[in-house]
Amino acid sequence: MNPTPYLVLATILFTLGGAGVLLRRNALIAFMSVELMLNAANLAFVTFARMHGNIDGQIVAFFVMVIAAAEVVVGLAIIVMIFRTRRSASVDDASLLKL
Amino acid sequence: MSLLTAVAAQASETSTSSGTTGEEVLFWILAPLAVLGALGLVLSRKAVHGALFLAMTMVSLALLFLALEAPFLGVVQIVVYTGAIMMLFLFVIMLVGVDATDSRVETIRGQRGAAALAVLGVLVLLTAVTGRAALPDPIGTDEATPDGNVYAIADLIFGRYVWAFEVVAIVLITAAVGAMALTHKERVTRRLTQRELSERRFRDGDPRNAAGLPVPGVYARHNAVDTPALLPDGTPAESSVPAVLVARGAARPAEEFAEDIGEIGPHGQKPSGLQPQGEGDQPEGDATAGEGGPNDDVPADDGGADDDGARPDQDEADGGDAR
Amino acid sequence: MTLTNVVTLGLAAQTEGAQEVHEASGLISTTWLLIALPLLGAAVLLLGGRRLDRSGHLIGCAAVIGAFAWAVVLFVDMLSHDAHERAFSVPLWEWFNAGGYEVRLDLLLDQLSIAFVLLITGVGSLIHVYSIGYMEHDERRRRFFGYLNLFVAAMLLLVLAADYLVLFIGWEGVGLASYLLIGFWQYKPSAAIAAKKAFVVNRVGDMGMVLALASMLVVFGSTSFEIVFAGADGAQTGWLNTIGLLLLLAACGKSAQFPLQSWLLDAMEGPTPVSALIHAATMVTAGVYLVVRSAAIYDLAPEARTAVILVGTITLLMGAIIGCAKDDIKKALAGSTMSQIGYMMLAAGLGPAGYAFAIFHLITHGFFKANLFLGAGSVMHGMNDEVNMRRFGALRSAMPATFLTFAVGYLAIIGIPPFAGFFSKDRIIEAAFGDNVLIGLCAMIGAGVTAFYMTRVMLLTFFTSKRWEDDAHPHESPRVMTWPLWALGFLSVAGGLGLLYIGGGIVDWLEPVTGEEHHDLPLPVAVLIALTMTVVVLGAGVAWFMYQRRPVPVQAPAGNPLTVAARKDLYGDAFNEAVLMRPGQYLTRSLVYVENRGVDGAVIGAATAVGGLSARWRRWQTGFVRSYALTMLAGAGLIVVAMLLVRVP
Repeated sequence: MNPTPYLVLATILFTLGGAGVLLRRNALIAFMSVELMLNAANLAFVTFARMHGNIDGQIVAFFVMVIAAAEVVVGLAIIVMIFRTRRSASVDDASLLKL
Repeated sequence: MSLLTAVAAQASETSTSSGTTGEEVLFWILAPLAVLGALGLVLSRKAVHGALFLAMTMVSLALLFLALEAPFLGVVQIVVYTGAIMMLFLFVIMLVGVDATDSRVETIRGQRGAAALAVLGVLVLLTAVTGRAALPDPIGTDEATPDGNVYAIADLIFGRYVWAFEVVAIVLITAAVGAMALTHKERVTRRLTQRELSERRFRDGDPRNAAGLPVPGVYARHNAVDTPALLPDGTPAESSVPAVLVARGAARPAEEFAEDIGEIGPHGQKPSGLQPQGEGDQPEGDATAGEGGPNDDVPADDGGADDDGARPDQDEADGGDAR
Repeated sequence: MTLTNVVTLGLAAQTEGAQEVHEASGLISTTWLLIALPLLGAAVLLLGGRRLDRSGHLIGCAAVIGAFAWAVVLFVDMLSHDAHERAFSVPLWEWFNAGGYEVRLDLLLDQLSIAFVLLITGVGSLIHVYSIGYMEHDERRRRFFGYLNLFVAAMLLLVLAADYLVLFIGWEGVGLASYLLIGFWQYKPSAAIAAKKAFVVNRVGDMGMVLALASMLVVFGSTSFEIVFAGADGAQTGWLNTIGLLLLLAACGKSAQFPLQSWLLDAMEGPTPVSALIHAATMVTAGVYLVVRSAAIYDLAPEARTAVILVGTITLLMGAIIGCAKDDIKKALAGSTMSQIGYMMLAAGLGPAGYAFAIFHLITHGFFKANLFLGAGSVMHGMNDEVNMRRFGALRSAMPATFLTFAVGYLAIIGIPPFAGFFSKDRIIEAAFGDNVLIGLCAMIGAGVTAFYMTRVMLLTFFTSKRWEDDAHPHESPRVMTWPLWALGFLSVAGGLGLLYIGGGIVDWLEPVTGEEHHDLPLPVAVLIALTMTVVVLGAGVAWFMYQRRPVPVQAPAGNPLTVAARKDLYGDAFNEAVLMRPGQYLTRSLVYVENRGVDGAVIGAATAVGGLSARWRRWQTGFVRSYALTMLAGAGLIVVAMLLVRVP
């Protein structure tokens, strides 16, 4: 099957994830949207790996997953911390780092 | 799991052979599902719904990975992502408050319009690029993976990419330690002993509650924690309902359950309602999430030294503790 | 008009080169002590603080008298050498060495230097002693003596330097001391302003000095006397004229010559010993020294010499005219100083024919003018610091010692034989006639005017009727003040004869340095002397008729236009103000305007623009992570667009 539909799907998922990051105040949903974007990128990687007959793309996707796991651990810890101190999971509340 | 692999393998088999049916059918089923899940994530008002939608998308993607001759990644996607990471998300969502519903009002002026514009622009741009590109049919990874996908990936990871792998391992460990360091909290006061807590309960609190608060009501029809227990005189014991539920407004009003049980009390009087009587002095903000979840109110489950029966005391003690 | 005789110049240059400078040995190599003693005195007095208040004046006097004694020792030692082997270089150390330009802090002790050293330390010692009495009631007397010592040290460095740059140190040092001493009574605004004026006007002259130094570097590659004088022969006349004119500018500033004469009259705000030492006897003659010392340059620069003669002639007449109209005794004497230095300048401009006479007159003038100033100070001391001569009168009986010494100085300055001024001034007039009749006539008229104003001063102060203030009780000054007067009076009497005739006289003494030549005079010397004496007696007689025969009004009469002009220093200040100060102020104001509006405007405008922009851009920093994410996404999109645009052919 031609890779184009996969890539379009990846594009759509990526932009939907971006929309989630931009539009949702809930830190968890924004974070999950980031995960969605990563997954979309992974899909593109895997598609291209197959297209080129070369599984390096799959390796990259694998590393992306591992890094995503690490990121999730730290990110969720931060969210928990923020929630603990501010009683809020809204990213807009953590906006004090400005003049 | 083996079933999925088989399906996907068959799909890819067919696709490579005929170029039409199997894989395309699979794709056209899974792609809308994935998009649906993504839309659900973006649009759902509750985080927990979003998480479930995302899980759906991820499973769809895992199946697509299988179809794309990446069975190892597909499995990892399901096991690690959908299984572990999404579980972590759900756990944190529970911690933060599962019932919290997000407001749809945009607070940053112009953010929504600009975001829509940017997202649409990127979408159009990327789809135009990918859509217009005349991509060749895939070569397939058969030649690249003579011994199978997993062997090939293992070869690469522990061969050419071994340094990247080690670095990633270090990153993972660092992340784990970092998460622990972030969430760790130094105890600034001495932990009170059971004896001290008990003595304080008698000294400061209501002596009637010295043995612990009543448990929620358990009836033939209702054994939920949102239903207050009935005291011997027939009046509902509000203190038996977890403060978290009261604060959220999730506790059942007395009228509602009074209808369910017909008649309350020996004198035939119906309770006027679940009004604060003396125990209802729990601060609202504290109750929302401070207790860490609805299960907090089952005394037996809380294995800690804190005695749930002495709720005022506990609030003071845990306010500083912030478990 | 032929002001210079080119043929004799070559001869002069040859005689100039005849004297070789020897490396100093023995006593002469301690020449540095001359400078070190007063410098040490100044350091001790100025750094010692109040604990020296009671002994400071003694230390100051001791330093200068010690220097004088040492100068006498060196002088005697010099006499033991042959006449043409009395120039010694005293190497001290290398000051700095920048590329090819090396400056050594060396001293040059020759006939000219020692004459100055003796004058400075001798007259300086007398004035120091005099100051003990004069400044007795001033609580800052120690500081005064510190400044005086500083002046003496700087002046000695000036006349002993063997390099124009080292000379310039002394030059600036005396300028500093002059500034400090003019403004010594700094609580008087007039004194502070006068000090500032002297400083500023001297800066103009110093600019000439600096430019002259730079020109020497260009032409000769060095500023040391040795190299410059040796190289003057081969240098272009244009450059020599330039250097000569620049040195003349410097000399004009320091010696209060036209057109930089305006500061000297105001400088009389300083204490009278200062006026005597710095603004009559020594510092103001530094310009003459500079010209005479640079003889090798002026000998080959005819235009510059003409300028020197013109400046000297103009100033001698200007100073004399100003002196006629001033009622302030010190300012009258200051005008006289200008005039007498004009004579010296004139003589110095005459070249080898006049150098020796310039120095001769300089030294005798140092004697009698110091005498006159100290006498004036003595009068003021007895008259409650009154300086207006219209408030004096008939003081000869009240202060006999002052009167007698002042009278000697008076006779010396108007040139009555055998007093000192006669010999020196007459020689200059003769030399001027030898060069040019017109200049000679000017000098002769100047002598007549000198006689007039000095007679006026004499009469108004010591003769005529009493016009004292009611509370004035004139009395003779203490001995510590009259003894220096007697000493200077003696020098005023005998200085001329002595310098001229003892041991071949000063002309022969200076001949190895200055060269010597004679011009044919249009008239016999005796006739010239007779003419000069006639003019002098005429001037004195006019003054006698005007002031002795008629009562002197206490309020100055309106006077004729020349008097009015002379009272206003011949509009020197007005000229400076109109031509230099006002345009300068307009220039600075317009520059300030340009600075404020243009430069500052641009800078401040840029700052304001940046500030405004950053205030705008600060709004982008909302702190909302979603805004940042939006920016990121948009940026990523733009990058993709850019990549596409580049890739798409």
